[in-house]
Amino acid sequence: MAWSVGTLTFVLVRTLPGDMAYKIAASRYGDDAVSTASAAAVRAELGLDSPAWQQYFHWLSNLITLDLGDSLVSGAPVVQELQHQLGYTLLLAVCAMLVSVIIAFPLGILSGARPSSAVDNSIMVGSTFVRAQPVFSLGLLLIFLFAMELNWLPVAGFGEPRHLILPALTLGLSLAAISNRIIRSSTINVLHSAYYQFARIKGMSRFSTFCRHGIRNILLPVIAFMGIQLIGLIEGVIMVESVFAWPGIGHGLSHAVFARDIPMLQGAALVFGLMFVALNTLIDVCCARLDPRGVRQ
Amino acid sequence: MIIKRMPTLQPAQQLGLALVLMLLIFALGEGAFYAADPNTQQLAKAFSPPSTAMPLGADQFGRDMFARLGAALRLSFLLSALCVATSAITGVAAGICAAWAGGVVEKVLNFVVNTILALPGLVLVLLFAAIVPGSFIMLYLAISLTLWVEYFRLVRATAKPLINGPQLQSSMLLSFGRWYCFRRHIWPAIAPDVCTLAAFGAATSIITMASVGFVYVGLQPPTAELGLMIVELFSYYSDAPWLLAQPLIALFLMVLGFHLLAGKKTL
Repeated sequence: MAWSVGTLTFVLVRTLPGDMAYKIAASRYGDDAVSTASAAAVRAELGLDSPAWQQYFHWLSNLITLDLGDSLVSGAPVVQELQHQLGYTLLLAVCAMLVSVIIAFPLGILSGARPSSAVDNSIMVGSTFVRAQPVFSLGLLLIFLFAMELNWLPVAGFGEPRHLILPALTLGLSLAAISNRIIRSSTINVLHSAYYQFARIKGMSRFSTFCRHGIRNILLPVIAFMGIQLIGLIEGVIMVESVFAWPGIGHGLSHAVFARDIPMLQGAALVFGLMFVALNTLIDVCCARLDPRGVRQ
Repeated sequence: MIIKRMPTLQPAQQLGLALVLMLLIFALGEGAFYAADPNTQQLAKAFSPPSTAMPLGADQFGRDMFARLGAALRLSFLLSALCVATSAITGVAAGICAAWAGGVVEKVLNFVVNTILALPGLVLVLLFAAIVPGSFIMLYLAISLTLWVEYFRLVRATAKPLINGPQLQSSMLLSFGRWYCFRRHIWPAIAPDVCTLAAFGAATSIITMASVGFVYVGLQPPTAELGLMIVELFSYYSDAPWLLAQPLIALFLMVLGFHLLAGKKTL
């Protein structure tokens, strides 16, 4: 997996048009300070003039020792930069997940308890509205509302906890818009199931029935669906970080594409790939823990 | 004919179809009847509000917003049509091949699909966008590459039991050709799902193009493209909010239309 991503990025970037040395010099020294001399200096320093296959093997051998090389733009080791960014990305992703759970569960269970009621229909319209726009326009709408019109929150940047609110809310909302429908259908299934009805007939109260028989059964399909949502989460992270200038890996990735910072590009893509695989595994483990009957043969 | 009759649509789907058709008519009609170039700059007319000469006003360089919006919508429709056609045909064909042939073919195709699935779609599209900045072809290839996987998995799962089922086996024993078998037995079973996927795919490809445009690695200025227009006009939000609202609303309506058209099934 890691190897295929790395090789792919390597081949892709090699085929880029234009002289890389100039591009990198431009992103280092600013557009006006580029000269043939500075481009030559960059080229010599980074070994851009050796043949492609040499560079490729060099990179591959370094990867095995976890050395991803130095960022072509800032000159710092990519691993360091990624570590730095990964912390922020994870912080954002976790907060967004929390927000989406806090929003989606009450809404989903409300609409599942009374299907086709006014509440259910209005939640559906709201979800459709949120889903019908890309994450970044949702972010812009929230910026207009909370940062520009009401002046409650900062527009972008980071540093204080306040800066985290808007990005996490944006991403959380977009995730919740989909997952509350899943929770709804799962709730309907559980509430109409034989075991749930029996518990009520036995004389257990609504509340204790829900706690004993409802929650865990509702969770199962929802957690399984989280796996599918991961793609949305990771893509959302890239977009949201770009909108709010949040210094995470998504932001780093789009900037690396823009500045042709190959090691950075490879590193970021690699981290996303690994994160994806790791989270998928985690979800499988969670499913198995919740439902010991063995979901998979 | 593969499609014998139009299936009846739900009210929500009809609304979606109406939205998509409305935007399509606007985009094509603007190109055919409204003679204005989307890239002509008239700095004297910058930020002019909507008028009879320019129905939607002018942007920061005095370019006609009506013409630019039409051009951007045409581009989005073109891209989504191309991507959906390519990914649907590739995905269905590969899925049928895998289900029918089994063995090595299926293993190889599965390996390819899992490799593509190892990366989130947007990351893949960004990598492709990095190769040739501002290339429409690259975007199209990358988006199609991420979309065809869904069709493949769906078709393979649906077609496998059918191919080993008694009806199709009988047809084969009566020496009907494979094409006939596909049309008679497999296509009716997968058609509704493929159409749903196609509508979602159209929405996804439009969003993806706007997203990479928004982070400046998609199509390059001065192309009229929804994501680019949004990020360019964002700086002038306080001067001319109605300008920024136009591409935002257009994008919203387009995606909403395709989502409604897809029906209620969340895939």
